[in-house]
Amino acid sequence: MLRAASTFLHGRNAFYVSLLLLPPLLWLGTVYLASLFVLLAQSFYAIDEFTARVVPELTLSTYRQLFTQPANVDIVVRTVLMAIAVTIACGIVAFPVANYMARYAGPKMKAFFYVGVMLPMWTSYLVKVYAWRLMLAKEGIVSWFFGSLGLMPVLDHALSLPVVGGPSLASSYLGMFVVFVYMWLPFMILPLAAALERVPGSLLQASADLGARPGQTFRNVVLPLALPGLAAGSIFTFSLTLGDYIIPSIVGAPGYFIGMMVYQQQGTAGNLPLAAAFSVVPIVLIALYLTLARRLGAFDAL
Amino acid sequence: MTAAIELRDTSRAFGSVVALDRVSFSIAPGEFFALLGPSGSGKTTCLRLIAGFDRPDEGRILLEGEDVTDVPPYDRNVNTVFQDYALFPHMNVAENVAYGLRVRGVAAAERRRRAIEMLGLVRLDDFAERRPNQLSGGQKQRVALARALINQPKVLLLDEPLGALDLKLREEMQAELKGLQQRLGITFVFVTHDQGEALSMADRVAVFSRGRIEQLDTPRALYTRPRTAFVAGFVGSANVVTRDVAGRLTGRHAPFAIRPEMIEIRSADAPLPDGLLGAEGTLEDVLYHGASSRCHVRVDADTVLAVARIESAAAAPLPPRGSRVRLAWRPGDAVMLEAD
Repeated sequence: MLRAASTFLHGRNAFYVSLLLLPPLLWLGTVYLASLFVLLAQSFYAIDEFTARVVPELTLSTYRQLFTQPANVDIVVRTVLMAIAVTIACGIVAFPVANYMARYAGPKMKAFFYVGVMLPMWTSYLVKVYAWRLMLAKEGIVSWFFGSLGLMPVLDHALSLPVVGGPSLASSYLGMFVVFVYMWLPFMILPLAAALERVPGSLLQASADLGARPGQTFRNVVLPLALPGLAAGSIFTFSLTLGDYIIPSIVGAPGYFIGMMVYQQQGTAGNLPLAAAFSVVPIVLIALYLTLARRLGAFDAL
Repeated sequence: MTAAIELRDTSRAFGSVVALDRVSFSIAPGEFFALLGPSGSGKTTCLRLIAGFDRPDEGRILLEGEDVTDVPPYDRNVNTVFQDYALFPHMNVAENVAYGLRVRGVAAAERRRRAIEMLGLVRLDDFAERRPNQLSGGQKQRVALARALINQPKVLLLDEPLGALDLKLREEMQAELKGLQQRLGITFVFVTHDQGEALSMADRVAVFSRGRIEQLDTPRALYTRPRTAFVAGFVGSANVVTRDVAGRLTGRHAPFAIRPEMIEIRSADAPLPDGLLGAEGTLEDVLYHGASSRCHVRVDADTVLAVARIESAAAAPLPPRGSRVRLAWRPGDAVMLEAD
């Protein structure tokens, strides 16, 4: 039976490939893309303010609402700035770690690092966020640590900064930023380490051999060749921050983020079109970012 | 005259493996010098130490009389052609070649002009805008060469540069490298495991085995007067006859080497001419190579001698496989070896 099937498939490559691709394509097409399309279509409807019903007529009034109400604009700007800051910080923290994993770690050390980077992902996301809230609280371990090192003035100064500061780390944007960076760091380290691992050591030697100092080798060879990994990682950290609604509602200052707004508008407020319009923002931003990265040649080395 | 490169009692171990064991030699300016040996013999370690990618555990390395043991590669006036070429995949050919000038702060227009000039030297000026992955192996090799030469190094190091090329291209590149070296007059240090390559290109060859230099000599001397059994076997694959077998064959208890082309093969019933040494054996097999044939003759329980025979029209037909034959050679053609 199996033999007959394989004999039948032998030489019918196109048929074989389409047979293999059909289930995932169906899934992707109907469950994923179609529902995404329905969601996007919703954003071009508007809600009837009197009856609170969705009116199925194409209109831009929901987008007008999104971009003209100062509160909504604030939410978009706040979320995007946080996502940019988190992405940059993740890149800076992840690079040395990924570089060590890819180039200097022996087999044992490398396994240890990979497990160490992925281990936090095996724990419940909520548990980690609540743990961080306790750690960042006024009497928490982080402020105790600063205090025992005699660095309390530094922490107090950071918390007294406008906008990012607050009464404690747990109730400031600074604390939220720390939690975001912690949460998404593995998503930056792993693609970056994979990209750096593909850079042959002889390229770095060749660069040094031709007279490049370590800093020049980093700028001219390592960084350009790591760009695809950096781009992949930053898409993770950027989009995860843009879409998250749990971290901002547990840690940090009371200001709303896009994810929280989507959650609230489609749930309690019942304004599905506005929720859809809010969720279009990250999609457009990521598309713009990818186009820009491509223009800058981030994928040339692929 | 100051040596271009000098190694003094240089040792390097990786864990318990001794890659280089108190090696000393010096290379004259303008010399074409080959480091020859099987893999793991220490030749590549030696090259990496000269380039500065690695530091010796003991000993000193001098370039033009100056101690560079602790000088990083970017401050040494040597350049390397890597075995895998190591071309930067995100730069085009001209940018690759100009890289050495770029990191030294040469202006863009000037470095482009000199890169194109350098590409002309290796006949690749039409390929300046190509990406390395659009080039063939031989072209990549020439780009790597141009890139290494643009800084006008005193010494060019080549790590198995022809290893990845096919036979015809390899022969072309051998001639090209040799010509280039003569024109530029700079010192070439060449790592290879191919004895033919070392013999045909180098002025002098250092034969490495197990982290030490077995013999350092001109190609002709290596071939005609190998000092050790290793060199005799590795360079030109001579027959190496051990002490005991030599005693049985010739009556003299001393190991010797004899080249396959120095042995004559005759039928067993023909008498041994005066003044020749000989041995009787069984013809085991014959490998036909066109211009010549290679016969394997078992002369002792565990000794098989290879005999090269020119296949000219006048050559008498060989006796069939398995028959008894007599081998004959002039005593002067056998090279006495140092006892192991």
